[in-house]
Amino acid sequence: MKVEDLIKTLSLTPFTGDIGTSRPVAGGYTGDLLSDVMGHSLAGQVWITLQTHKNVMAVASLRDLAAVIIVNGLKPNDDMLEQAAEENIPVLGTYESAFDVSGKLFKLLEK
Amino acid sequence: MQFEYFINGGDFSKAGQASSQFKKVLQQLNVAPHTIKRIVVALYEAEVNIVAHAFKGKISIELQPDLVSMLLTDEGPGIPDIEKAMEVGYSTASPKVREMGFGAGMGLSNIKNNADLLEITSIVGKGTTLKISVNLSKQE
Ligand SMILES: Nc1ncnc2c1ncn2[C@@H]1O[C@H](COP(=O)(O)OP(=O)(O)OP(=O)(O)O)[C@@H](O)[C@H]1O
Ligand SMILES: [Mg+2]
Repeated sequence: MKVEDLIKTLSLTPFTGDIGTSRPVAGGYTGDLLSDVMGHSLAGQVWITLQTHKNVMAVASLRDLAAVIIVNGLKPNDDMLEQAAEENIPVLGTYESAFDVSGKLFKLLEK
Repeated sequence: MQFEYFINGGDFSKAGQASSQFKKVLQQLNVAPHTIKRIVVALYEAEVNIVAHAFKGKISIELQPDLVSMLLTDEGPGIPDIEKAMEVGYSTASPKVREMGFGAGMGLSNIKNNADLLEITSIVGKGTTLKISVNLSKQE
């Protein structure tokens, strides 16, 4: 599965347009504490969070994550989007909660 | 090979830049991805601790064929009780820093879990030094 498939299936808002949408998705990690994600996420996972700032992209890039999904209808800061473009990692949005979108992603990846 | 990076306390807009630059070096040298991950997690957490807790700091990295040694020295408040600071969940991060998702109190344990060697020395009111090494020759 690729990021572009997630965008379609989960009706996500692609805040970064086409950037990085062909990246493969290997799983997901949900959390809002940066050092938790740093310590426990795995390469290729999608990070589900309510954090909307630039440091998220530093962690996503250092951990080789596939994409970031921002929940609850929150919008990414401009500097987060700039950093996302630089790192070629897509930032996506949903109005759903972290629980709901995590559940859907989990089901999707089970198939 | 030697690398040096300078870190400004409080400047979260640049937090992680040194780690990111050094990661690129490791990738160019074809270091194994699993080893890169361990180096980068340890380096990032130590870098961000300077940003979050100290005034300014310097990262000196020595890259040898079988070992990467990272020395992070900062001018800052120091750590009064290093054992306590190592505990998961212990954090003195300010509310503002926590709002950004820092301050889980997991950084130092992330460093410990990913490094082959971690030595912390600190003088209260002066600063903190971390010596972190990761073996490069380890088979994955
Ligand atoms: N360079 C430093 N200078 C002064 N105090 C430090 C330094 N590094 C760590 N500390 C102290 O040790 C505590 C624990 O550090 P640790 O990195 O584990 O967690 P944190 O930085 O508070 O949160 P997190 O890393 O999870 O975002 C810090 O809250 C701080 O009190
Ligand atoms: Mg920390």
